Amino acid sequence: MDIAVCVKTNPDLQLVRIKDRVPVLEAVPFKVGDLEKNALEAALQLRDAAGDGRIVAVAAAQGDRKVKETMKEALAIGADEAVIVTDPGLDGADQAGVAAVLAAALSKHGPFDLILFGEGSSDGYSGQVPGRVAELLGLPEIGYARKLEAGAAGLRAERSMGEVVEVLEVALPAVATVVSEINEPRIPSLMHIMKAGKKPVAEVGLADLGLEAGALAPGREVLSNLAEEQARKRVMLDGDAAAQAQALVDALVAEGVLGR
Amino acid sequence: MSSILVYSEQTGTALELVAAAQALAPQLGLSVSAAALGPDAAAQAAELAAHGAAAFSCAEATLAGLDTATVAQALAAIARQADARVVLLGSTRRGRELGGRLAQKLAAGCVTDATSVAVEDGRLVAGRYNLGGATVQREVATTPVTVVAVMPKVFAAGEPAAAPAAITPVSLGLPAPAVKLVETKPKEGESVDLSAAPRIVGIGRGLGKREDVALGEQLAAALGAELACTKSLADFGWLGEDRIVGLSGAKTVPDVYLGVGISGQVQHTVGIAQAKLIAAVNTDKEAPIFAMADYGIVGDLYQVVPALVEKLKALTTA
Repeated sequence: MDIAVCVKTNPDLQLVRIKDRVPVLEAVPFKVGDLEKNALEAALQLRDAAGDGRIVAVAAAQGDRKVKETMKEALAIGADEAVIVTDPGLDGADQAGVAAVLAAALSKHGPFDLILFGEGSSDGYSGQVPGRVAELLGLPEIGYARKLEAGAAGLRAERSMGEVVEVLEVALPAVATVVSEINEPRIPSLMHIMKAGKKPVAEVGLADLGLEAGALAPGREVLSNLAEEQARKRVMLDGDAAAQAQALVDALVAEGVLGR
Repeated sequence: MSSILVYSEQTGTALELVAAAQALAPQLGLSVSAAALGPDAAAQAAELAAHGAAAFSCAEATLAGLDTATVAQALAAIARQADARVVLLGSTRRGRELGGRLAQKLAAGCVTDATSVAVEDGRLVAGRYNLGGATVQREVATTPVTVVAVMPKVFAAGEPAAAPAAITPVSLGLPAPAVKLVETKPKEGESVDLSAAPRIVGIGRGLGKREDVALGEQLAAALGAELACTKSLADFGWLGEDRIVGLSGAKTVPDVYLGVGISGQVQHTVGIAQAKLIAAVNTDKEAPIFAMADYGIVGDLYQVVPALVEKLKALTTA
């Protein structure tokens, strides 16, 4: 089973600081998103169960995100090769632009039986790109898989949708997204990390994919991206535990949250 | 007349979106239409029309499993028929997945998980959390059509209209979905819908061991609240995934949220930012949760929680 895993490199959110409501991204390292690690692990398990196949990590490099370095992490986890699309035209691209690039890269470096994504990226978490790519490639998609296995039709998936759990089947090729509970991603050993440096990495530009920079013009305008102003009371309740507890209960009653 | 088209597979959410569309439409010079799809389309269309949205109803059997590609195809066709300039979806799991695919079909810009939608200077501005919840990004689509998936409960449903709007049955001849729904099982264990809970007690890594979850349960019971947790505790297997609040879980809008042993990482607090009132108990007076709390208690949860349970019980028995 040949599987592509689309990887976005995300800023390490634990290290993003806010200054005067503005996020400070300078010097914040980038890493493979947590859900993409789940997707890589799912790909490895499906490939191993199938017996053979290749796993290709595919990324569209935006801005000065150190994609090549970050993609070594994906290779260390177990991808056999990586495809990185780089182009200044990707700067400021929106989800439609990223999807166009990924779809073109997947077509050029495929065919793939399965294209996996995390259900959302760690930073933006819009979840739009998988559906856009599926639409561009004319493929069916299964979102939010918490279990993926080979099935009679091709692929069998289980997902939790609010009140119910759905079991779905789809013929391949297909697109699927995974949620965090699907697996526990493996932590690469030192040997795997060393080997990752020797795995093939294809760096391609938009022209190689038959795309023009103009095709990536964003269909949106970002007006602002600021931390919310918190209009909270911030009343600290002092005293011993009993006094604090009483003060909180009194406050909740006074706020009308608790009735007498 | 061009319209704002509303769709959610959840009738309650769809009615919220109808109310939102009715508030936005006059400012954009648009009318309000709505789509009802699947086996319950007729009943849902009646509700939507009763609330004043011109309803399009399609009950074709191929929509039964609500396969995303099939629903997107149906909605794209209805969007053209309704001359939709804006499509409002409910940002449920299905709606969020649908957003990207539908937007691609309509060559539309799209915002998912929107927590605000408003018209500013004649343009539709949608806000959503970004950077794991650390910031709110406000966006305007510059495409002729905009798709916005709005979080449930951002808007309140309105009353039925004085006169119901028309219902138009549509026949689309949709193909059989490529994704087959083999089985629908009830969720194992008890399930909880935190997004609708009026009171929530959240617990985090301040709890030292699995047995301490009982403390949270006691507090939740005394407060008449649902118990929720950070992703960490669900990862430990202490609580089910449906009890996660935050980026990878429920976005909640309770009257009161009481966080215990929660430091206040944005990945969690993004799910409580809309709470009417936030209270927090933590040993660390520098914990970020206190910056977004209305009431804060710096203290040992193993002393404070039993005291709170006692005081709450005294209140209800008084």
